[in-house]
Order: sequence, then C-alpha cells, then structure tokens
Amino acid sequence: MKYILMMQFPLASWRTQRLDLWPKQDQKAHLEFLKRFNQELVAAGEFVRTEGLGGPEQMKIVRASKSAAPAITDGPFPESKEVLAGYWVIDVETPQRAYELAARASAAPGRGGEPLDMPIEVHPVMFSKACGDV
Amino acid sequence: MTAPPTKADEHLLRELAPQVLGAIVRRYGNFAAAEDAVQEALLAAAMQWPDEGVPDNPRAWLIQVAARRMTDQLRSEIARRRRETEAHRQEPPDADLAPPPEDAELAEHDDTLLLLFMCCHPVLTPASAIALTLRAVGGLTTAEIANAYLVPEATMAQRISRAKQKIKDSGVPFAMPTEQESEERLVSVLHVLYLIFNEGYASSIGEELQRSDLVTEALRLARAVHGLLPDDGEVAGLLALMLLTDARCAARTGADGELIPLVKQERSLWDRALIDEGVALISATLSRGSIGAYQLQAAIAAVHDEALRVEDTDWPQILALYGLLERMSDNPMVTLNRAVAVAMVHGPRAGLELLATLAGDPRLRDHYRLAAVRAHMHEMAGDADAAVADYLAAARRTASVPERDYLSTQAARLAATRR
Repeated sequence: MKYILMMQFPLASWRTQRLDLWPKQDQKAHLEFLKRFNQELVAAGEFVRTEGLGGPEQMKIVRASKSAAPAITDGPFPESKEVLAGYWVIDVETPQRAYELAARASAAPGRGGEPLDMPIEVHPVMFSKACGDV
Repeated sequence: MTAPPTKADEHLLRELAPQVLGAIVRRYGNFAAAEDAVQEALLAAAMQWPDEGVPDNPRAWLIQVAARRMTDQLRSEIARRRRETEAHRQEPPDADLAPPPEDAELAEHDDTLLLLFMCCHPVLTPASAIALTLRAVGGLTTAEIANAYLVPEATMAQRISRAKQKIKDSGVPFAMPTEQESEERLVSVLHVLYLIFNEGYASSIGEELQRSDLVTEALRLARAVHGLLPDDGEVAGLLALMLLTDARCAARTGADGELIPLVKQERSLWDRALIDEGVALISATLSRGSIGAYQLQAAIAAVHDEALRVEDTDWPQILALYGLLERMSDNPMVTLNRAVAVAMVHGPRAGLELLATLAGDPRLRDHYRLAAVRAHMHEMAGDADAAVADYLAAARRTASVPERDYLSTQAARLAATRR
C-alpha cells in the first residue's frame, strides 16, 4: 500500500527558522538524518521516491479563468498555516507502518538538535501512473 | 548486435526458471545464492539464444550455466574463508567443489511446488512473498516486478533480498513438508496467487497494461499449480475463479475508463473461451464432491457468467452458494454479497434487513461497499432520498477513483429524477 508523507513546515517561522538559517552543524545533522532515513527506507524495500520543494518565496498559485488570462499570484494562501517543504512516497505493508515512519520524520533534528516535531500529513495514494501508461 | 529474445524464448525461459532453480537448490542447498545464479543463467540465455539458437536441452544448458556460477561463487567464498582462517586450515566440504552429476530422475514437478512452498512461506509478509514468487517461480526480472508494482528497482531488489534472508534465517528446508503442513502451505500459496491476480485485476483499469501482466502471471502460475496438483479442489477452484473473472475484463470498463458493474456489462464482450474453460473446470471439480471457499466463489462467478442476459441470472442458486460460503468463512463481505442475492430473490426489504445486521461489524461499518449496496437496495425499494444519501456516503469512503466516479454519478442521476 502506497502512502505520501508530506512535510508541513510552519509558515509563521519560515523566515526565521528555516533550514538554511540554522548553524552549520545543525543543518548537517538534519541532512544526515534524512540521508539515513532514506537509506533505511530503501533497505526495507519501502522507498518509492522523495523530493524537497522550494520555499514559500518561490511558490506561486495559478488559477485559470474563463474570461481572462490565468492569474499567477504569490503563494502560499494567506490563511495557510503551513507550507509543503517536501514529501516521501513509501510503499508499506500496513497504515500503522506509514504512521510510524511519519512520526520518525516528524521528529527529525532541528535547530540545536532538538526534534522539529513538524506535522506530517499522511495520505494513501489512490492510483499511480508511470510514463508507460499515460 | 544481439537480437532481442523472442516471445517463444521468453516463454520457455519462464517455464524452465523454477525447474532450474529447484535443481540448483537441491544440489547446493543455498537458496539465496542459487536464486542469483539462476537469474544470471536466464540472462545469459536471453542474450545468447537469439543469436546461437536454443540448445537441444535448454534445461540442462541453464542448469550447467547456473551451476558453474555457483561453483565460482563457492570457490571465491572458500578462498576468502581460507585467507581469513589460514591458521585453522579448514577444509571445504567436498560437495562444494565437486557437485554430483545432475540426477536425471529429479522430479522437476516437485521442485516447482517446493519453490512455491518456500516463496510463500508464512514467515514472509504478503508483499515479500509476492515479490519472491514472481521472481523465483515466475522467472520475472526484478525490473519487471518493480515496474508492475510501480516502485523503484532498488526498492524491489531489497524486498527480494530481505525475503531471501528471512527464509535463510528461518531455516526452512528445501524439502517436502509433512502432509498436514503441506495443506497449510498450499493455503499460503493460493493466497499469494490470489493477491497477485487481484492487484493486476483491480488496478488494470483503462490502459494500465503493465498491471494486466500480473493477471497473466497469476493465471500462468495457477495453471502450473493445477498441473502439479490436478486433484486438489481448491487449486482448481482458484484457477476457475481467475478464468471466470478475467473473462469479464473487456466489459468491466467503459470508453473513459469508468467502472461498469456486473449487472450493466455488455455481455457479448465477455470472453466465451475463458468462460467455457472456467465452467468446465469448476463443474468437474464440484462433481467430485469437493468443496472449498475458492470453489464456491468460482461457482458463483460461473452462474453469473453463464447468464447471457442479466435477467437470466439464476439468483436462487447464487443465494444458496453464498449461504454455503458464509458457513465456511467468518467474512462480513460474504454476508454483504449474500444480502445482494437475498434482495434479488426475496426483494429489497429482505436485503436491507440482512444489511442491518452488518451495520455494527467494525470490519465493515465504514466500508464503502456496505453503503453502496444499501444505496442500491434503497433505490430498488423506491426510496430515492435514502439511496442518494448512501451513494454519496459510499463515494466519500472509497479509495478508488473509478468507484468514486461511479457512485457519485449514481447519486447525481437519482437526485435529478427527484426534481
């Protein structure tokens, strides 16, 4: 069963708390955690893919319109509390295993090595398409 | 330039894969290493045979190549151990260096069965057992299996090697289990084949051709097991169930990939040859007085498939078969299906009464199928409001896009007739 784990970084603290503003050794500890986490997923036969995304300053919201050209505005939505920082797609035996992995990702080390405890959204993947079948 | 392997070569290789692996495991005992060696032999054959022609005895050719690979591996392993334990002067066992000549009497049939028993061993999780079965018995490459399950090849390779490690650790011998154990193992084998078939069938909506390969593979393996155990009723039942289900494949989805339920399918699109084969198989099996869950499911599928028009469906017989199935299994889904038959035979009110008994079952309470079936019965009973509410509830709960679209469409259609 495939799941997507979405890393939700708190938007309010993005300007002051995002990764590239951390002390070098904290950044290193975080990236090493991610590397180990990914290697473990591969070794367990559960890894499908992972991607890190550009921050809110690079994000746009595009909306088509019947009467005008598509509107492209700076994102995220003002009411958003979080920004999607990255995601994993995993293939696991049970939903419990997906939650367990999400909990570990949530506790990834942040500034000063303290766990980030950031919310991880877990969704089941309803269908997948590879290049060959579109 | 090497010519690509022909379909015939590929078919032959897949057929021979478990036999060759069986012979190598029997000779050397190391399942994990043997599996790697056989994959290399299969690869060598796929490269060489198109140019050089298929050897006179392809099985012996493959065994020889795989055995040579095994011997090379063992030699280097022994050399390594020698270097490490120079002081001990440990002698390698003779058998490692001088394998006995291939015993022509080896029952290849038993080997395939032994491999299936090994690959579907209960110590493995279903996902691992599936991966290992497709590779070791099905002769698929890791890349092909990864492709079918839409995961990276490295992930699938890990899953397979972990499965092999687990078998090694558990010390499962490559030998025929006791009669009682055999029966339990066969249950696991059939379950794994059933899961492979379902994965392919349930998701081969529209154009997803890779997934339908899983259906083909499950059918091929079920045929092989039936060939090995022709007198086993449940093996025959599972094969018949697959044939009778796959027969409806072309009618199951519409032009836009939308799901078409059984009662609305264009029955002329059903594959008559598969139906005839499935019906003959299940009839012959049941006439021997044998009974089991797969056989009953196949019998139900046969009754559906034999009705040329939906109104010709023999619902009383389907109801009786579900009654038997319900007694054999503690599965609320069976009761749900029986409720459909009850509604068809005794009317929607009777069906709804039976459904009410399921509403408290935690395994089914939140399942979309319960709401979907209830919606249909409310509609049959002329209660459009209740039907719309249940169709929408079902649409919210399903994890399948085609199912969700179908259920939302039903709700919209009914809501429109009320205005």
